[in-house]
Amino acid sequence: MIGEEEMNSTGKTFLTDYLLHLADDALILGHRNSEWCGHGPILEQDIALTNISLDLIGQARSLYQYAANILNESHPARNVSEDTLAYLRDNREFKNCLLVEMPNGDWAHTILRQFFFSTYQFFLYEKLVGSVNDTIAAISAKAIKEVTYHLRWSGEWVIRLGDGTDESKERLLKAFDMLWPFTGELFHMVEYEIVAADLGIGADLNLLRSKWDEKLKIVFQEAGILSIIENKIKPGSNWMQSGGKIGKHSEHLGFILAELQFMQRAYPNSEW
Amino acid sequence: MNILVRKYLYGDIPEDNSGGQPQSKNNGSNDWPLWEVFIRNKQGLDHKHVGSLHAADAQMAIENARDVYTRRMEGISIWVVESKYIHASNPDEADSMYDPANDKIYRHPTFYHLPDGLTHI
Repeated sequence: MIGEEEMNSTGKTFLTDYLLHLADDALILGHRNSEWCGHGPILEQDIALTNISLDLIGQARSLYQYAANILNESHPARNVSEDTLAYLRDNREFKNCLLVEMPNGDWAHTILRQFFFSTYQFFLYEKLVGSVNDTIAAISAKAIKEVTYHLRWSGEWVIRLGDGTDESKERLLKAFDMLWPFTGELFHMVEYEIVAADLGIGADLNLLRSKWDEKLKIVFQEAGILSIIENKIKPGSNWMQSGGKIGKHSEHLGFILAELQFMQRAYPNSEW
Repeated sequence: MNILVRKYLYGDIPEDNSGGQPQSKNNGSNDWPLWEVFIRNKQGLDHKHVGSLHAADAQMAIENARDVYTRRMEGISIWVVESKYIHASNPDEADSMYDPANDKIYRHPTFYHLPDGLTHI
């Protein structure tokens, strides 16, 4: 398969880095959303968000499994599995973007974070369906159906909150202020992404940006907050956070991993 | 008595003063309406009543129904109708509604002699 050969011939690990990046994004957001389980504002939405968690964790599993296969081929003795990748890597080895590790905050925070990410993931998978790497293309083809729903669900909620009561609008705008600086990293390509895109395995994120902006515009327009948002993001006052994709995370990821990885670290190889 | 409930999850302490709402605030008037859900499964020809749920409007009701009632591939089509639009017969009137049909067995088409060889009747 293209990509694997390339990696072996150059000795570079860009493909596994790229897979881990995609998987970590899905796992960490899936975990964040799962924190709502049992705490949702209403039973139906509790289940909806939990379903989205399971979708994301499922995507992460497929990507981890593929990454583990590749790692085992080059170093059979390491005995890597989807579980070791999820449960036994440290903070600095995680390559998820900062957005997905942000705290849940209130419902508006969680919704807007999901909307930002699902919009990005939708256009990303739309490209990756055409990846020259068959496995990535197949995983993306399955995932995009799920993400289409995540995008519709979160978009509907952004509209509801923006167009709802004064309080819901205020909370949504507050969430925007907090989360916006973490959206730039979604499109800021790091080395493994550039290599993957050049080889036709990954997506050129620069090409996704305008679609992402366009989708946001449509939804914010319908939510009645577009003019407020446009005032907030005037050119020049648009500094963005980054670093997650190369392992430099916020303090939040450590707490997530402490909980996520506790069982495997306290009771190695335990199963259920 | 107003009990202040403050819920912090996983150390995520909100910056604002949200979450400290008096518990008695929700008097039911803000609740979303109830919807009845009907699902048609792959083999089925008709939509069957599967239960009910809360939602703010029809669009959300269908999405909620998708999440609550079709998680295990139960269906391929969803109908929702707000529960208040369902009109039901009164159980107290069962005597006058259904009993009169009891002794009118001639309403069942069981008195006809069917020709031999006729099947699927």
